[in-house]
Amino acid sequence: MAVRYSGTVGRRFSLRKREALAGYLFIAPAVVGFVVFVAGPIAASLVFSLTEFRLIVPPCWTGLANYGTLVRDPLFWQSLNVTIRYALAALPLGLVCSLALAVLMNQKVKGIAFWRTVYYLPAVISGVAVAVLWTWILNPEFGLLNVLLRYVGVKGPHWLGNTRTALPSLVLIGLWGVGGNMVIYLAGLQGIPTELYEAAEIDGAGSTSRFTHITLPMLSPIIFFNLVMGLIGVFQFFTEPFVMTRGGPENSTLTYMLYLYRNAFSYFRMGYASALAWVFFVLVFLLTLAVFRSSPLWVYYEARGGR
Amino acid sequence: MSGGLSGSGDMLAKGRVWLRSRKTRARMVHAVAYALIVLGAVVVFFPFYWQVSTSLKAPADVFRWPPVWVPIPPHFENYLEVASVVPLGLYVRNSLIISSLVIVGTLLSCSLAAYGFARLRFPGREAIFLALISPMILPWAVYMVPQFVLFQKLGWYNTYYPLIVPAFFGSPFHIFLLRQFLLGIPLELEDAARIDGAGFLGTYARIILPLAKPALATVAIFTFMGAWNDFFGPLVYVSDQRLFTLPLGLAFFQGSPRSTIQIHLLMATSVIIAIPCILVYFFAQRLFIQGIVFTGLKG
Repeated sequence: MAVRYSGTVGRRFSLRKREALAGYLFIAPAVVGFVVFVAGPIAASLVFSLTEFRLIVPPCWTGLANYGTLVRDPLFWQSLNVTIRYALAALPLGLVCSLALAVLMNQKVKGIAFWRTVYYLPAVISGVAVAVLWTWILNPEFGLLNVLLRYVGVKGPHWLGNTRTALPSLVLIGLWGVGGNMVIYLAGLQGIPTELYEAAEIDGAGSTSRFTHITLPMLSPIIFFNLVMGLIGVFQFFTEPFVMTRGGPENSTLTYMLYLYRNAFSYFRMGYASALAWVFFVLVFLLTLAVFRSSPLWVYYEARGGR
Repeated sequence: MSGGLSGSGDMLAKGRVWLRSRKTRARMVHAVAYALIVLGAVVVFFPFYWQVSTSLKAPADVFRWPPVWVPIPPHFENYLEVASVVPLGLYVRNSLIISSLVIVGTLLSCSLAAYGFARLRFPGREAIFLALISPMILPWAVYMVPQFVLFQKLGWYNTYYPLIVPAFFGSPFHIFLLRQFLLGIPLELEDAARIDGAGFLGTYARIILPLAKPALATVAIFTFMGAWNDFFGPLVYVSDQRLFTLPLGLAFFQGSPRSTIQIHLLMATSVIIAIPCILVYFFAQRLFIQGIVFTGLKG
C-alpha cells in the first residue's frame, strides 16, 4: 500500500481506472449475453405481443388484439387452470415430503450417505428418461403400479388416459424427485447448533415444539429459497406432459408451457405466444413478489436477530 | 422420617423408569425413522429396478402376468438391438459434442465474470451483478420466443449454435456460484502475484483458476447434467433427425408407434441416457452435493 501512496494522485487514479476497465472486460461476455439473449428478447417479446407475427411474414401491429383473443381463448384458461392446480398440489406436497424426509434422515441413522445417494438418484436423470420410464410404470395393463395393485386385488385405473387421474399422476412423478430438495434441507438441519435443542430440552420443550420453534425458523431461509425456485419450476412444467400425455386426455394436462410451446413452435403464432408469455411473466412475477413480501413474516435471518 | 426416605426412594425409582422410558422412546423413534427411510428408499429405487429389468427382458416377457421380476437369462443383446432401431451412436455423438462445448463455454465465460464481480472494483458492479443473476428467478418462457426469432434470423435454425453459443456468454446460476466461491478465497495470494507484476489476466489464469478448481468442477458437472438432459432446447431448434440428441431421440422413439411393442428397447435407451449422469453423480458426489447445498444455503 505504501508504494501506491508514494505515487502521484494521477497515477493512483489511473490504476483505479485500469482496474475498472479490466473489470468491465472480464464481465463483458456475460453482460453481452444478458443484453442479447435475455434483456433484449424480453423487451422484444413485449413488442411482439402487440403484433400479429407468423414468423415468415413481418409482424404487423395489432395493438392489444392478442390480449383480447387471449381472454376469450378457452384453452388459455384451461392451461392456466391446469398449471395452477398442478402448482397447488406439487409445491406443498414436495415441500412437506422433502422436509419430512430430511428430518427423518437427520435422526443419526446409519449409512446416511448411502440413503442420501438413493433418494437423490431420480434428480440426476433426464426429464425425458423420467417421462418415458413413468409412462411405462403407469401402463394400465403391464405397468409396475397396476401390477402391484393387481397383487392386492385392485384393478388400477388407466392413469394417464383418464381426465381425473392424469394430472395427479404427473404430481406423483414429481414427488419421485423430492430427494433433490431433501439434500438441501438435510444440510440445513445439520447446520443447526445442537445447543439450541439442548437448551430447549432443559426448558422442557417437547419434540413438536422443538420442531416448530427451532427447526422450522432455522430452516425458513432455505424453505424460502426452495419455494422461490420451485414456484418458477412448477409453473414451467413441460417435459412430462409433452412426452407422456401430449396435454391430454381432453386437455386435462395441458400446462401453460405446453400451450405456449404449441402456439410458438407448432402454429408459429409468435405474436400470440408472446402475449401468453407476458401474461405468464406478470403472473409468476406477482407470485414471486408475494413470496418475497411475505418473507419478513416467516423467514428468520439469524444475522438480523430474528423478526 | 422413614416416610421421607421412602418418598425419595420412590422419586429415584420413578426417575429411573422415566429415564428408561425416555431411552426406549428415543430408540423407538429412531427405529420408526429408520424403517420409514428404508421403505421410502425401496419405493424410490423400485422404478429404476423396473426400468433396468424391463430393458433386459425378452420381448415376450415384458407383457406377462404374473410379471417376470428377474429376467433370467438377462438379454443384454437388447442394448445392441437398440442401435438397429434408432441411430444411437449418432445421438450419443451429438449429445457429447453439445455437452462438451457448452461446458467449455460456461466455464470460460462464468469464471471470467465471477472474477470480475468478486475481485475487481468498478462503478455499478453490484447493480450489474444483480441484473445478470436476475434470470435465475425469471421464467425463460418470457424470452424464448424472441430468442427463437433472433436465432432463426441468423440462420441458426437446425444447427447447434443456439444451444452452444449462449453458453459462451455466461449463465446466471454459475456466475453466482463461482462468485460466491471466490469471495471465500483469501486475497493474500493475489496480492503477492500482483506485487510480482502479474496483470489481471495473469492473476486470473495463474492464481484464481487453480484455486477455484473445486468450484469449477462443480460447475462443469452441473453444466454437463443440464446440457446432456436438455430437452426443450434441441426440441425447439433441431428438426433434422441426424442432429437429434439423446433425449430428443428418446422422446421421438416414445412417440413412434413401435415404442408400444418395443418397451424393452425403449427402457434400454432410457438406461443409456441415464448411465453417464449416474456415473458422474457417483464419482463426483461430494462436489455435487456441495454445489447443491452451497447454492441452496447461501442463496
